[in-house]
Amino acid sequence: MTDKLHIQTTINGEEVEFLAAPGQSLLAALRDDLGLTGSKEGCNNGNCGACNVILDGALVNACCVLAPEVNGKQLVTIEGVADGANLHPLQQAFLEHAALQCGICTPGFIVAAKALLEAEPNADEDRIRHWLAGNLCRCTGYDKIVRAVLDGADRMRAATAAS
Amino acid sequence: MQARAYAAPPTLDDALALLAEHGADARVLAGGTDLIIQVRENRRDVGVMVDVKAIRELTEFTFLADGSLRIGAATPCARIYGDSQVARRFPAIIDSASLIGGVQIQSRASLGGNLCNSSPAADSIPTLIALGAIAEIRSKRQEREVLVEAFCTGPGQNVLAADELLVALRIPAPAAHSGAAFQRFIPRNEMDISVTNAAANVTLSADGQTFTAARIAIGAVAPTPLLVPAAGAALVGQPVGEAAIEAAAAASRAAARPITDMRGSADQRRHLAGVLTARVLRTAIERARAS
Ligand SMILES: Cc1cc2nc3c(=O)[nH]c(=O)nc-3n(C[C@H](O)[C@H](O)[C@H](O)COP(=O)(O)OP(=O)(O)OC[C@H]3O[C@@H](n4cnc5c(N)ncnc54)[C@H](O)[C@@H]3O)c2cc1C
Ligand code: FES
Ligand code: FES
Repeated sequence: MTDKLHIQTTINGEEVEFLAAPGQSLLAALRDDLGLTGSKEGCNNGNCGACNVILDGALVNACCVLAPEVNGKQLVTIEGVADGANLHPLQQAFLEHAALQCGICTPGFIVAAKALLEAEPNADEDRIRHWLAGNLCRCTGYDKIVRAVLDGADRMRAATAAS
Repeated sequence: MQARAYAAPPTLDDALALLAEHGADARVLAGGTDLIIQVRENRRDVGVMVDVKAIRELTEFTFLADGSLRIGAATPCARIYGDSQVARRFPAIIDSASLIGGVQIQSRASLGGNLCNSSPAADSIPTLIALGAIAEIRSKRQEREVLVEAFCTGPGQNVLAADELLVALRIPAPAAHSGAAFQRFIPRNEMDISVTNAAANVTLSADGQTFTAARIAIGAVAPTPLLVPAAGAALVGQPVGEAAIEAAAAASRAAARPITDMRGSADQRRHLAGVLTARVLRTAIERARAS
């Protein structure tokens, strides 16, 4: 028998409470218990990035975090990237550049790119490619993804300049 | 099987009490990038996860008065390579910390976890050995220090008893006119396990022309990362140049006791031990001359 732990955390700006098994992964808690199925399970061993979330400002693989670890922490998941019905500039760029085929990798790439561009709005192509080395895509061949992220970065800079 | 319990003790004493109470049933959780996956894949059974990331001593790094660097065992790589002072004084640490996985791994993976996981191919251990790093170990029973070169005892095995915790790694202040570097060989540019890796730490005479001290370490060529004293001895007193570098590379090839596996053959690894020794030496020399 294992006792579940009571976890309080903030997900996409909202306070959330849930019960977690001691050894449950954050990814399993998000998908199976909290109904946040946007984060994907590609490999479940830290290699693909499909489960990327931002934990207290740091990009992590949710499959390599235990759910109890997020007690008292701030989480951003793919569900928190759009502003209501308005897509985030990166999401819009992914659509327009057709930077996805099956889409399993897409939430991870978008969360990872957002984490980079919020810290380094002027990241260049080399930096973007290096940063995204922990995200795998089996479909697109990566080039369209990199184009979309570069375009998304332009749009994010334009939005900042306009505000 | 999943862990039965999880605890995040707020202090070192609380963590040591948990380890003393649960012994081999407990396991320290740092970044979890090895441990969580090993448990998931049934390669390790853990009853009680003792998350040490709430403990201040384990998650900060400080420069001591004598110029040495003390890195809390659970400090994530990204925090280490993001620090300009570490980058300037200990670039070899940055070489290693920025190669362990991608950014998602580096946000969590610690040098303490890399050392305690004790993989023969771990990318921070040769660097720590070359720099003469010391492991500060605590349990409820005692406090002790072990040189990193004596820490690993076999693949996945080390000197820690079940109730012991690695608190910090202490890296001595770099000597005047010294430089260090780490490199690995992998078949792709990012995100892979070393086929072979190597680190060098050299001290030169004030005019930069003679080796006065040298430590070479190689990894993924034996059951544990290896200090190669013969490679260091081949350099000391010699003029800085390709002849001495080749002698050190030959000593690394001779010290390597590699196996053949899916990542590389024994012959390839022995060859790489020499190639990488020469490469890290050239970078270490450059850094020493620029220091
Ligand atoms: C996708 C991926 C890529 C990777 N790439 C690399 C790579 O390129 N190079 C490389 O070397 N490694 C790599 N790794 C392995 C891993 O990320 C590193 O070994 C990392 O440094 C482990 O640190 P951690 O903090 O996550 O350790 P954890 O997983 O938390 O712990 C590892 C082990 O050490 C023990 N431990 C941890 N801290 C302590 C302590 N303070 N006291 C006592 N015991 C302790 C734990 O109980 C466990 O047995 C990779 C892993 C993944 C998933
Ligand atoms: S599912 Fe987490 S990294 Fe692949
Ligand atoms: S679109 Fe299918 S894996 Fe990337």
